Amino acid sequence: MIFQQLINGITLGGIYALIALGYTMVYGVLLMINFAHSEIFMAGAFFGFFLLISFSSIPFLQNNLFLQLLLAFLISMSLTGILGIIIERFAYRPLRKASRLTPLISAIGVSIFLQNLFMLVVSPQAKPFPEIFPVKNFQFGVLSVNSLQIFIITISILLMVVLNYFIKQTKLGTAIRATSSDVETAALMGINTNSVISLVFFIGAGLGGIAGILVGMYYGSIKYNMGFIYGIKAFTAAVLGGIGNIPGAMIGGYLLGVLESLGCAYISSAYKDVFAFIILILVLIIKPTGILGERVQEKC
Amino acid sequence: MLNKRKMLEIALILIIIIIAYFLHIEQEFYSLHILSLMGIYVLLVLGLNMVIGNTGLLDLGFIAFYAIGAYSAALLSIKGLSFWIILPISILITGFFRFLLGKPLMRLRGDYLAIVTLGFGEITRLVLNNWDYLTNGPKGLPGVGERIQPIKLFTFTFTQELHYFYLILFFTVGSIFAIRRVERSKIGRAFVAIREDETAAEVSGINTSDIKLFSFVTSSIFAAIAGVIYVHWIGFVSPESFTFWESVFLVCMVVLGGMGNLLGIIFGVVLLVGTPEFLRVTLGGEFVLYRMLIFGLLMVILVIFRPQGIIPEKRRTLELVSEK
Repeated sequence: MIFQQLINGITLGGIYALIALGYTMVYGVLLMINFAHSEIFMAGAFFGFFLLISFSSIPFLQNNLFLQLLLAFLISMSLTGILGIIIERFAYRPLRKASRLTPLISAIGVSIFLQNLFMLVVSPQAKPFPEIFPVKNFQFGVLSVNSLQIFIITISILLMVVLNYFIKQTKLGTAIRATSSDVETAALMGINTNSVISLVFFIGAGLGGIAGILVGMYYGSIKYNMGFIYGIKAFTAAVLGGIGNIPGAMIGGYLLGVLESLGCAYISSAYKDVFAFIILILVLIIKPTGILGERVQEKC
Repeated sequence: MLNKRKMLEIALILIIIIIAYFLHIEQEFYSLHILSLMGIYVLLVLGLNMVIGNTGLLDLGFIAFYAIGAYSAALLSIKGLSFWIILPISILITGFFRFLLGKPLMRLRGDYLAIVTLGFGEITRLVLNNWDYLTNGPKGLPGVGERIQPIKLFTFTFTQELHYFYLILFFTVGSIFAIRRVERSKIGRAFVAIREDETAAEVSGINTSDIKLFSFVTSSIFAAIAGVIYVHWIGFVSPESFTFWESVFLVCMVVLGGMGNLLGIIFGVVLLVGTPEFLRVTLGGEFVLYRMLIFGLLMVILVIFRPQGIIPEKRRTLELVSEK
């Protein structure tokens, strides 16, 4: 039973971690909470939904499951990535020198706009997500894992490994790390910080978009207002791990997923969504820097 | 002594009373209803403005205290207590929760505080939603309307929409006067000092965490009053009225109207509560669909082009001028 909950927790945790990366990366460079990130995640789920629906009627792709999924993920990731760049360019960049409150309000505005746009364009009702591959159960001793869970866990770990390599080993990754530690100094060192910030939004939004598809596949239905609760949980994960810290977001995601699953199973499933909030409040009161975070200098 | 400004204010209140009276005579219940609703929102926004506008603490869970006020009023009124007893008790209960939350939070700054208050708002809503024994869950408390004691003032009993309108107006105007006194007091100046530069305020000898806590707790009084009146007026309460988006809506009224400026935030209420309702009546159902879409877009545009709000606070410029 407890192992079963661990598997559920890790599956969910991987999704939380992918969304949390978007929050934490943006916070790293701009020191702001990108409230619209939860709507980007929702948009990703819908992009994936429409892509997968249309692929199933294209003869060339119909029988190639691998290609279908690959294309759906890549296109949806690019679309949400571009959405992220657009949002940064128009809603946040003009406010970069404003007080800390204003970008947050602007983000909320974007969030309301996107949610209602999807409600009007798609429908206010929940949409059933297409079943991509048949779910098979595998039994490992006492442990039973289904193919969907294995798929989600694999995808999330794969993406995080790739991201980690990109941030640590490549030139662009170094630029991101430099900008994250000090925007002004990075600019003086010849880094085009505006492009780096765009890149950060692209990557964060792209990962959020993929998480959207994974949630759609896991729960089998998507809705225009699904972003909020996942967004806030992923944000909790980012805070738990130490906001601004990339490995922290991953650890926080998995930890939150597991804690939530255990809480659901052993305390009460009615209060499923309360656990994340309680963890959030406790972390912020007891150790606001999170598990791996360092004290972030207040931005003046 | 009545100066020009005071006379203007009194004239404004008289006009509102006259409009309300004629709306009532003409049986325009809907318009009167909207006016009362706007009054409730003004009460809420007055409280929120004290935290966001004056002290500069971003609170995204203010609606939770409106909910706590409303639920305590509903539960007490079922026990048969009268409005004048429920009101202070509910204010105390709400203030107690606000204190409990605020005490450990005052070390946090900016975004962190925003997120914790958001979290508390959601926890409150989820608890109200799930604690069936006390709150009857998502269905809300039924029959409050029938079991509630009508508000009595000496021998007069509040029965009609118009009576409630006057009650709301009384509390709104009273709160505005009270808040203006606070704003001009030493504490009010300390609020603004903290908003402008917390470190400098601390160095100047202000006990910032106490003052912040004072602002935080005092603001909940207005939320409680609004909640208690709302329950007596509408006679129904359910967790659905207290979502995160309601909190956001309130923050938008404060920020778009003009943070820290009483006239500004009242204008924010008229803009965000009044206009959509009146437009819905005049333009019909189609408009409702696009309302929030336009609203979201407007928020971004306004914040970019007029970050200080539509009617910005004059205080800083005034104080600079008077120094000369």
